[in-house]
Amino acid sequence: MNFLNLLNALPGAVAQGLIWGIAAIGIYITFRILDIADLTVDGSLGTGGAVCIMMMLSGHNVYVSMLVATLAGMAAGLVTGLFHTFMGIPAILAGILTQFGLYSINLKIMGKANQAIGADKYDLLVALRYVKNVPFYKNTIFVVSVVVIILIAILYWFFGTEMGCALRATGCNSNMSRAQGINTNFSKVLGLMISNGLVGLSGALLCQYQGFADINMGRGAIVIGLAAVIIGEAIFGKIFKNFGLKLLAAVLGSILYYFVVQTVIWLGIDTDLLKLLSAVVVGIFLAVPYWKAKYFTKSSAKKGGKAHA
Amino acid sequence: MLEIKNVTKIFNKGTVNEKVALDDFSLTLEDGDFVTVIGGNGSGKSTMMNAIAGVWPVDEGKIVIDGIDVTKLPEHKRAKYLGRVFQDPMTGTAATMGIEENLALAKRRGKNRSLKTGITKKEREEYKELLKSLDLSLEERMTSKVGLLSGGQRQALTLLMATLQKPKVLLLDEHTAALDPKTAAKVLETTEKIVNRDKLTTLMITHNMRDAIVHGNRLIMLKDGHIILDIRGEEKKKLTVEDLLHKFEAASGEEFLSDQAILG
Repeated sequence: MNFLNLLNALPGAVAQGLIWGIAAIGIYITFRILDIADLTVDGSLGTGGAVCIMMMLSGHNVYVSMLVATLAGMAAGLVTGLFHTFMGIPAILAGILTQFGLYSINLKIMGKANQAIGADKYDLLVALRYVKNVPFYKNTIFVVSVVVIILIAILYWFFGTEMGCALRATGCNSNMSRAQGINTNFSKVLGLMISNGLVGLSGALLCQYQGFADINMGRGAIVIGLAAVIIGEAIFGKIFKNFGLKLLAAVLGSILYYFVVQTVIWLGIDTDLLKLLSAVVVGIFLAVPYWKAKYFTKSSAKKGGKAHA
Repeated sequence: MLEIKNVTKIFNKGTVNEKVALDDFSLTLEDGDFVTVIGGNGSGKSTMMNAIAGVWPVDEGKIVIDGIDVTKLPEHKRAKYLGRVFQDPMTGTAATMGIEENLALAKRRGKNRSLKTGITKKEREEYKELLKSLDLSLEERMTSKVGLLSGGQRQALTLLMATLQKPKVLLLDEHTAALDPKTAAKVLETTEKIVNRDKLTTLMITHNMRDAIVHGNRLIMLKDGHIILDIRGEEKKKLTVEDLLHKFEAASGEEFLSDQAILG
């Protein structure tokens, strides 16, 4: 175990974490703002990757390809939103249905289970080889950082608008929102579209970065995204009060997640166990607020009881 | 003006749990009427409120607000005409949003929500003045999350939100029931003040007979989805709790079995 190996792997972890951070922002929007655990993302991440890679392979510009990948993600969100609001299917099941259907769609987009793209022949925005020994403006970490900052700025603005406030209110209290004239169904669909658009964009960057799109690339995206969100909240929750900073916390959480993953790999732990490890960690973190409410709010009363005895 | 015309609402239709909550129910409120509503559990009070608000569609009948037939309009579209305060203080506000943000949401009731800024500087000044009128020092906590407020503060704020855009009808669904007596009295006082100031057409459910008698110009009592008592004008002014109990017994043929309603 050479410590230098770990250090060498860190820039890659940062780049990967940043790219996944965009998906994490999307998941933050559904999970924290809309209060929906949206499983669509397991499919829409792959859709973003598939659309982006196929468009680039057929000669389209990288920016156009990424834009269309984002729109494809939004379309996936729209489908889930309609399943949920128009057809009355519980949100979590609506997401599962879309994600399941997207498997076929992603296969049809790519024509097979995976498609590769090379940085030599194509003008990629991000790539594994752009992490080290390239001018800073070409460096994937720099490029994705800029993308993340722009996205956070746009979202910060949006959630301060009338429409954005209505979306926040819908997630917080849908009864009150309807009483105040907010079309909560519209808000939910819009939120799911924005979220999955971001996830699609993340998939588009991810396929360029790793040099291929794969039918399984989105598997577990919801867990990784949730891990990023809760790691970000656990570490920065106390100091990041501003909405924009909260989104940033999700991205930083994503980077930390990939740091941990790299460390685990460096430690020589069987990587087959990685997903199990992630699931356990996310499960425990999600349980913490519940446990806190259940076991620790009574502790002061218990102490009082002891003093009396 | 609010007209409820022959509205019927049946829950769990066709099952053993079938419950006729409103039975060919009609009620008309003139502009400026302040009607208090009493009745036991399951008498149809809340169903009446929800039918007006459009929480679900009614089975039969029509609901007309200010000449506009709203029977087919979904809840969020009817909100344009209605101000609502609920029994549970948690229901009326968005807990994770600030006081001023909640007011700004209410300010846009019935309007298109565009990409314009969610709350303007000018509005903030306006809200500050309005909050001062509540006399709860909320004007110093404009950006505080509503979740940090007490039940009474939240109800007062909800009341302010419900009336920020003058509603055609103000619906108060036992909005003081969850509060301690002192706070309840304060919220009722605020209610009276706002209703009188804006001459609002108001429908107020209460479980407290005294409140039902003291407030408003008309009192109705519900039982099994019907109006069994309708007292207004001079007769209402002279009404006492005892009168009301006697009238109830005469109208329904049973005793009014709720200590809370008599003493509360």
